[in-house]
Amino acid sequence: MSADAATHEGHEGLYEGGIWSWLTTVDHKRIGILYFVTGLIFLLIAGLEGQLIRTQLAQSELRILDPDFYNQLFTMHGTTMVFFAGMPLITAFFNYVVPLQIGARDVAFPRLNAFSYWVLLFAGIFLYSSFAFGGAPDGGWFAYQPLTNPEYSPGLGMDFYILALLLAGVGSIAGGVNFLVTIVNMRAPGMTFMRMPLFTWMTLIVAILILLCFPPFTIGLVFMLFDRSFGTHFFDAAAGADPVLWQHLFWVFGHPAVYILLLPAFGVVSDVIPAFSKKGLFGYPVIVFSGILIAFLGFGVWVHHMFSVGLGPIVNAVFGGATMLIAIPTGIKIFNWIATLWGGQLKFTPAMLFAIGLVGTFTIGGLSGVMHASPPSDLQQTDTYFVVAHFHYVLIGGTVFGLFSGLYYWFPKATGKMMSDSLGAWHFWLTFIALNVTFFPMHFSGLLGMPRRTFTYAEGLGLDTFNLISTVGAFIFTVSFIPLVWNLLKSLRSGPDAGPNPWDAHTLEWTMSSPPPHYNFAVLPQVNRRDPMWHPHVEPGAEPPAGVTLGVEPRLQPEVPPEPVIMPGPSFWPLFLAVGLLIATIGGLGSLPVALVGAAISLVGLFGWAFEPVEGEH
Amino acid sequence: ILNRRLLIAAALVIAVVAGACGGEYPQSALHPESDFAERLDVLFAQIFWWAVGVFVVVEGILLYTVFRWRENPERGRPKEVHGHTMMEIGWTLVPALILVAIAIPTIRTIFIVDNPTTDPDALTVEAVGRQWWWEFNYPELGIQTANEIHIPVGRTIDVRVRSADVLHSFWVPRLGGKRDLVPGRENQIWFTADSTGVYWGQCAEYCGTAHALMSFRVIVDTPEDFDAWAAVNAGGAVTIQDAEARAGKAVFESNACVSCHTIRGTIAQGQFGPDLTHFGSRLTIGAGILDNTLENLRYWIDSTQHAKPGNFMPEVQLTDAQVAQLAAYLLALR
Amino acid sequence: MWSFIGSECMLFGTLIATFLVYRSRNVVGPYPADLLNIPFITVTTFVLLMSSLMMVLALAAVSKGDMKMGKIWLFLTALFGLIFLGGQYYEFSHFVHEGLPLSRNLFSSTFFVLTGTHGAHVAGGVLWLSTLLVRAQMGKLDEKNAETVEIAGLYWHFVDVVWIVLFTLIYLLV
Ligand code: HEA
Ligand code: HEA
Ligand code: CUA
Ligand SMILES: [Cu+2]
Repeated sequence: MSADAATHEGHEGLYEGGIWSWLTTVDHKRIGILYFVTGLIFLLIAGLEGQLIRTQLAQSELRILDPDFYNQLFTMHGTTMVFFAGMPLITAFFNYVVPLQIGARDVAFPRLNAFSYWVLLFAGIFLYSSFAFGGAPDGGWFAYQPLTNPEYSPGLGMDFYILALLLAGVGSIAGGVNFLVTIVNMRAPGMTFMRMPLFTWMTLIVAILILLCFPPFTIGLVFMLFDRSFGTHFFDAAAGADPVLWQHLFWVFGHPAVYILLLPAFGVVSDVIPAFSKKGLFGYPVIVFSGILIAFLGFGVWVHHMFSVGLGPIVNAVFGGATMLIAIPTGIKIFNWIATLWGGQLKFTPAMLFAIGLVGTFTIGGLSGVMHASPPSDLQQTDTYFVVAHFHYVLIGGTVFGLFSGLYYWFPKATGKMMSDSLGAWHFWLTFIALNVTFFPMHFSGLLGMPRRTFTYAEGLGLDTFNLISTVGAFIFTVSFIPLVWNLLKSLRSGPDAGPNPWDAHTLEWTMSSPPPHYNFAVLPQVNRRDPMWHPHVEPGAEPPAGVTLGVEPRLQPEVPPEPVIMPGPSFWPLFLAVGLLIATIGGLGSLPVALVGAAISLVGLFGWAFEPVEGEH
Repeated sequence: ILNRRLLIAAALVIAVVAGACGGEYPQSALHPESDFAERLDVLFAQIFWWAVGVFVVVEGILLYTVFRWRENPERGRPKEVHGHTMMEIGWTLVPALILVAIAIPTIRTIFIVDNPTTDPDALTVEAVGRQWWWEFNYPELGIQTANEIHIPVGRTIDVRVRSADVLHSFWVPRLGGKRDLVPGRENQIWFTADSTGVYWGQCAEYCGTAHALMSFRVIVDTPEDFDAWAAVNAGGAVTIQDAEARAGKAVFESNACVSCHTIRGTIAQGQFGPDLTHFGSRLTIGAGILDNTLENLRYWIDSTQHAKPGNFMPEVQLTDAQVAQLAAYLLALR
Repeated sequence: MWSFIGSECMLFGTLIATFLVYRSRNVVGPYPADLLNIPFITVTTFVLLMSSLMMVLALAAVSKGDMKMGKIWLFLTALFGLIFLGGQYYEFSHFVHEGLPLSRNLFSSTFFVLTGTHGAHVAGGVLWLSTLLVRAQMGKLDEKNAETVEIAGLYWHFVDVVWIVLFTLIYLLV
């Protein structure tokens, strides 16, 4: 019937057309999918590195991996997880969901959007090529000076790290601009800020975070690049500089970065919980403002990563206190979610399981965070496995759970197919068990004297049992990915049809067919409230959504647009420019000619981009 | 479904706690043996119990809610509740108060542990971090040693830490917290050991290939034992009688060893590697990674790059006999 | 655009902070006071300021639809930008000649990277203006899309303001 027809037409809009159409696409939905696949693959690769790490640490004094290789592994594991798995996966959801949620037909700068994706992909591939060219970076994901000076890290490893992250940074900042402008300028009529879905809200906040916290990091990387390549002295104690400067530059970025990874997950949960409680969000404004508060405070706490540097009691006291404050807005979110669940009709779909799982497990990581926030107690915890436990609880129990929740929630929208609930449940329980089995023991091994970033540990420490448990857990993790991957493939091929709104969810993305047509909205909706899908009645005063016939499904979009829709045409300049930058980056490894060629290509790309007519398409 | 979570969590906690209680943990932060470590531990315990409280409450309410309100056709569509000001204020204030309760002892402790010691007759020990071993000096006693320190019980030790190359961090969990060694800065940490014994220390800031193998030992002696130790270690090397050891001395002095190591009272005056003047009296080899026994020592001399990959000591080509002699000599240096 | 500029502020903020932290920590000469040629830089600074004026005029002309003047003003803006860059090039080579290569000491490191970054921004601006010029030539630029000119102008003025700050901090406060 009608829904099917819509779905079918949507298919043509979305998936027909060969490789070329993907290379030149500027459709936020396709770019979102590209981001997702890329992020997932990097998650698996980095996860594999995690497995290797755990294998080496299964027992004391093992010599399975060579120390230098081990050091490369945890550096790449951390760097990949944060920059090439975490960030792309959240960006995938920004791309796919935000325009649909605010009632827009695309993002503000579609070509810039494509560009962001390509540079990110190239940066990731570039980083991994280092394994082939004389060794991956091995300075740890925060690359502390002076260990990362050429004097102590000869070889190209750290140059790969610097250049790859510079490239990725360009993409992130472009993305930040794009989503900020999109959300501020392209909301559908009536979509006031206080009617925006929570996920969109968190995206807005994160876009601002990205814009403010990436530049200092970029500069830090440039300094390091110059120190390595041109013999400057930004971090050279002998020349009067202070290596601690790097720690400041990194963490001024690094701490907000962890909230960049977290807030979108919170956004997902804040949309999923109401959908499966059949009950509007409890304390919407409070949740919004606590999000803003977390982001704001997040800029004033970076020194909590440096409590053992010896910056003096005053500094430590101030930053310790500031860090603790963040517990308050975070707690507010937790309690409001519970209050939303309270009195609802809770339906435990995989999306809901992961959302509730997040509320439960993130809290554990948050609480160990508060233990770190107290500088004296952190003097015993910093650089031990206690910290490793903390940040995996928040990163997996927070970010990853949130992302999986979002995956199960929006997959039907993106593909028109339902996923299997039972496989999803298996995936959740396995992940949940794996998380706790792997990382809970690390609290103990940490406090009992297990330092992090060590390729082995003495038998005399008596830590074999804990480490063995952790390793077992890590392997459960690997198993946990089987139901996921299977579920994805199976559902893509033979999942039952989803229809526009399989969950009876409340926000705008559920008004059109699944997958949505190329133009998203046949008619731009008129928004009268936060949960348009749940309230057919139109509030007094506001006129009914244009072109929408009131009736059985008054809130659904019409099948075909009443009048033709102008959409931006495909363009290969973004890809072209990204290639140019990649070549320039490769040149950055030490070949001026290559760098110049790259720069030249980029220039051509820029001009081509600037002069390309943005011709329309129906 | 969801009670499985609870069970697993509980089971884990029990299993793991049980694990934590048995056994000997020479590098544990939970078994303090000094005033400094004691302070950190007390503070941690306070925060920990607050956290447990929060954990129980939050997870309790969460689980109850999830069971109580799971889907049930009897109940109709839930009615909308958009918020509740008093509740919001409540769950803002309560955490705030808990945090105050955590912050006050925290700040008190900060101003004790982050300030230099005020004890006038503290014993100064200078710790210099090098890739990947520790040089220790006692300025007042004119002692230089490596990878282990002896200290008298009950006397304040004022540790001055600095780095010769990259970042390192001085950490003896049972005696105190971490203090980073930063090129171009001098840092301090102090503690007074409560009881004699051997405590493990470890470099706690990633510093390259052999970071994992950059440990050391702190031996807390009775004052008498300490003075005895100090008396010996302030002086030069003992004169060697044993024939094999003498042969070893010859080997040592006719090889590259002398260019890196110092043995006071001999021609060996190298500055690059650890001082070996009283090596025989030390507990460990290679920065706390091997017990200082004859065969371990042979192994170390013979294939140091396997014992400690990446370390800067070259594998000098020697016959097994020479290795044995060297080992005998070094162990004789008590 | 404003969002981008906000981000840029953080960028230069970090650079300037580093410069200030390190300004008095040199262990080897030559020191700032020995080299900085303030009169010369004052001139190039003035040139850059003028270019901002040209930019304003260009925008005014374009939005009036007077493309002929518009092109001239745009061209002059870009030209002045180039002159400034030329001045910077001269200054850099002069420093190197005087024994202050990039890798000499903390001052050289911070100075070159800070002013260099700004120079790169000016260069970027010049490129941007040139694209506008070409489009104007092809007749693809008129009052209808004066906004593009406005945005470019916004950027140009920002880069200009940044230079005023740098000029004060680096040259006037030695
Ligand atoms: C998603 C990422 C994420 C998130 C959300 C957090 C959240 C927090 N983190 Fe974490 N952190 C990391 C990622 C993250 N962290 C990473 C990656 C590192 C290591 C980097 C490295 O060294 O490699 C790190 C390291 C780290 C350190 C440095 C440790 C060290 O190296 O010595 C500290 C110290 O203060 C800290 C603190 C906190 C705090 C206080 C929070 C708070 O935001 C937590 C707030 C939440 C709660 C407290 C729970 C819910 C609240 C309630 C239920 C209300 C009631 C609670 C109370 C009254 C206490 N973190
Ligand atoms: C989002 C962030 C994230 C995530 C999800 C993870 C996930 C995991 N991490 Fe994490 N980790 C970090 C971020 C993250 N980590 C960071 C920032 C560091 C600090 C690095 C540093 O110190 O510099 C770190 C460090 C770190 C350490 C400390 C290393 C050390 O200090 O020496 C350990 C040790 O156990 C570890 C283990 C794991 C494990 C077992 C997982 C598991 O959850 C992984 C689960 C498994 C998978 C996700 C993959 C499953 C699939 C396969 C295994 C294979 C199949 C492959 C294909 C089909 C292609 N990590
Ligand atoms: Cu020295 Cu780690
Ligand atoms: Cu942090």
